[in-house]
Amino acid sequence: MKIRIKFAKEGAMKFIGHLDMMRYFQKVMRRAQVDIRYSEGFSPHQIMSFAAPLGVGVTSRAEYVDIEVLSTDSSERMVKRINDVLTEGVEVLSYKRLPDTAAAAMSVVAAADYTMRFREGYEPEDWDDFFRGLDDFLQQESILVLKKTKKGERQINIKPWIYKLERDRSENGRNQIKIRVAAGSAANLKPELVIQAYMESRGWKLGEFALLLHRDEVYANQAGEEEPDFCPLEQMGENIE
Amino acid sequence: MRRLALSDEILLSVQQPARYIGGEVNMCIKNPSQVDIRFAMCFPDVYEIGMSHLGMQILYDMFNRRDDVYCERVFSPWTDLDRLMRQEQIPLFALESQDPVKNFDFLGITIQYEMCYTNILQILDLSKIPLHGADRTDGDPIVIGGGPCAYNPEPLADFFDLFYIGEGETQYDRLFDLYKKIRRSGKNRWDFLKEAARLPGIYVPMFYHVTYKEDGTIDSFLPNQDGIPKTISKELVQSLDDAPYIANPIVPFIKVTQDRVVLEIQRGCIRGCRFCQAGNIYRPLREHSLEYLKNYARQMLNSTGHEEISLSSLSSSDYSCLKELVTFLINEFQGKGVNISLPSLRIDAFSLDVMSKVQDVKKSSLTFAPEAGTQRLRDVINKGLTEEVILKGAAEAFHGGWNRVKLYFMLGLPTETLEDREGIALLAEKVAETFYDEIPKEERHGKVQVLASSSFFVPKPFTPFQWAAMCTREEFLQRAYSVKDKFKEMKNKKSLKYTYHDADVTVLEGVLARGDRKVAAVIERAYEKGALYDSWTEHFQNQIWMDAFEECGVEIDFYTTRERELDEVFPWDFIDTGVTREFLKREWEKAMKGQVTPNCRQQCSGCGARSFEGGVCFENSN
Repeated sequence: MKIRIKFAKEGAMKFIGHLDMMRYFQKVMRRAQVDIRYSEGFSPHQIMSFAAPLGVGVTSRAEYVDIEVLSTDSSERMVKRINDVLTEGVEVLSYKRLPDTAAAAMSVVAAADYTMRFREGYEPEDWDDFFRGLDDFLQQESILVLKKTKKGERQINIKPWIYKLERDRSENGRNQIKIRVAAGSAANLKPELVIQAYMESRGWKLGEFALLLHRDEVYANQAGEEEPDFCPLEQMGENIE
Repeated sequence: MRRLALSDEILLSVQQPARYIGGEVNMCIKNPSQVDIRFAMCFPDVYEIGMSHLGMQILYDMFNRRDDVYCERVFSPWTDLDRLMRQEQIPLFALESQDPVKNFDFLGITIQYEMCYTNILQILDLSKIPLHGADRTDGDPIVIGGGPCAYNPEPLADFFDLFYIGEGETQYDRLFDLYKKIRRSGKNRWDFLKEAARLPGIYVPMFYHVTYKEDGTIDSFLPNQDGIPKTISKELVQSLDDAPYIANPIVPFIKVTQDRVVLEIQRGCIRGCRFCQAGNIYRPLREHSLEYLKNYARQMLNSTGHEEISLSSLSSSDYSCLKELVTFLINEFQGKGVNISLPSLRIDAFSLDVMSKVQDVKKSSLTFAPEAGTQRLRDVINKGLTEEVILKGAAEAFHGGWNRVKLYFMLGLPTETLEDREGIALLAEKVAETFYDEIPKEERHGKVQVLASSSFFVPKPFTPFQWAAMCTREEFLQRAYSVKDKFKEMKNKKSLKYTYHDADVTVLEGVLARGDRKVAAVIERAYEKGALYDSWTEHFQNQIWMDAFEECGVEIDFYTTRERELDEVFPWDFIDTGVTREFLKREWEKAMKGQVTPNCRQQCSGCGARSFEGGVCFENSN
């Protein structure tokens, strides 16, 4: 039985890298006594795969891990059972059954939503000016950035990978940027790259630690490239009663 | 959300930020304002090493069972963070509350190996605690040292307020109660140390005065206050099952050296190898019952979610319920995706059978520790392993499908000759020959690999070899070269590999192991000159230490190569480990004659540990 778990990774957990999160969840499965399926062979491992790695320093309320189980309790009870053995900063948000034919989360990831905030002391002086300029920047035919590759540097156009960008305000009234970018194996755009390219176009410098990043959702594309239909990974499964 | 001591900027610019944030599974959370005693428990090395240490987790668990104590953890910041903390004036903090160590009542440092001594000074320095006990005031924590190196605490005497000698389970409750009483009555740290010095196992260096003879050896070592004991007896848990173990070990986020459940099956050792400090200071052997271990195995696997369990002890094959325990672990856990990691076992039919069940024979290797190349020298060091046993074990293993063998040796042992050194290569050769003799060509999977490695011998306090002279750096290297040359002459040299350890570190370890109070100045000078993480090859800078010796006017040879008289007063003689100096002397003399001493189960040799009235000494006397 295929299960998709959605979880949040916040607070100090943002300093835990992707590989360590995978190890963390393997131990979580044992502590919560999830009846997970193991591979065959001399050193069996849990059937488990993660959707999209999250960079160190980024928080998220939309992390996904797919597992296979031999038996399961209801979604509600499994969420509680797993949450009981988690540390501060990690929280399971949903536990859903996937159709048996469902592809692994990793292979269907197509886009992700992020919220970006400037850390205190790094904010633009004039927000209106900042966003006006950003609108113009995004209106361009193409947005070229330099990408370092093994063979040197190469110019790439990131415009097709920016699906949406809007000005937003946090609960306490601070300016922030909401963005949807391409994610996954086909194309993957780091959201901070957009801001960096914009700021450089205006002769500003984006400090190394200036942006606080938060992932809000990860999507699969259920239509074609031309007119994508983004569906949150969570909605591809159903609650177990 | 928990507050962190370090900013995002700092955490994102150092390697492995998870070393500094705490918050792991099973970390103890208490409100610091609601306890009487805050204890910072420190392992003076990087997080991944410190978190792999069993003793620290045992005490952490035990202290935190008390409602009035909050025990938190502290490790050495890695060199990248060390630099930033000095630059930005950030005080060292404990992982749990992220509060500065300076605000704690106690800073307890476990001292597991000599090469961590400069890291101890780093911990004090970054905590902004004066390096010298004499300079501390009521605003500073009481700095306690413990662990195996506390059996010769003298090189560190200046830096600690007190040392706890022996196993931690027994006296800390009394120490904490005393601390509370002193605080309630408005008395100060001096009063506390004065009272603490009377507790069993507690050594307060400032209350002792040392005088030296002209030749630099100790003339007298006496208390300088009334009511302070002349000798300190080590503390010991008489019945291990009565002591609590770690029900809920902390599970690090990052991969640490010991990333598994570790079950301590016994303490002490019956073997009596004459070079081994642990085998002498932890006497007598005491075992846990099978039931106790079964319970903890289940509970610890459940509470951690670890995918591996291993056993810990000095000589696991001597554990009397080993078969039952290993069988239980395999039957109970192996089907549940839990690996059983076996300690090094004496190679026989049983161990080969269980090894083939729990590990991939093709990928694993077999380990023997003959320690010396000839039977004569193995008798000198009282290592009961014979060539016959090694070759028979190797033959059985080869039939079982193994074809990799590791052999561990020491160089620079007392009475060692060229013949003993060449014996290392000859023994490795015989193991390889055994493979070709025993296994017909068509049944061989690849060729045999014999990996021999040698470390250099460092005489340790409280062993029969505490009187032994050590080799110089050049002698060590010469000896290693002669072994290497002999390996080149072997017929099967393509199947053999020989490696040896670093000699510079060994010499330094020798000075620190048998050092006295005069060595403290060198440690401090080396630290000031930048020595840190000396146990890490990539950070060890021998020249710094050599300069520090020179500048402090301390002679290395006095501590290492000097011949010691049988009646010399050693810096550690004020400690009573239960094993008497007479016994050690007897063993030293027997060693020189190449006579062996039977193990504790064969016959009692009267080492003195019987005075603890427990363990193997009373096994058959019910």
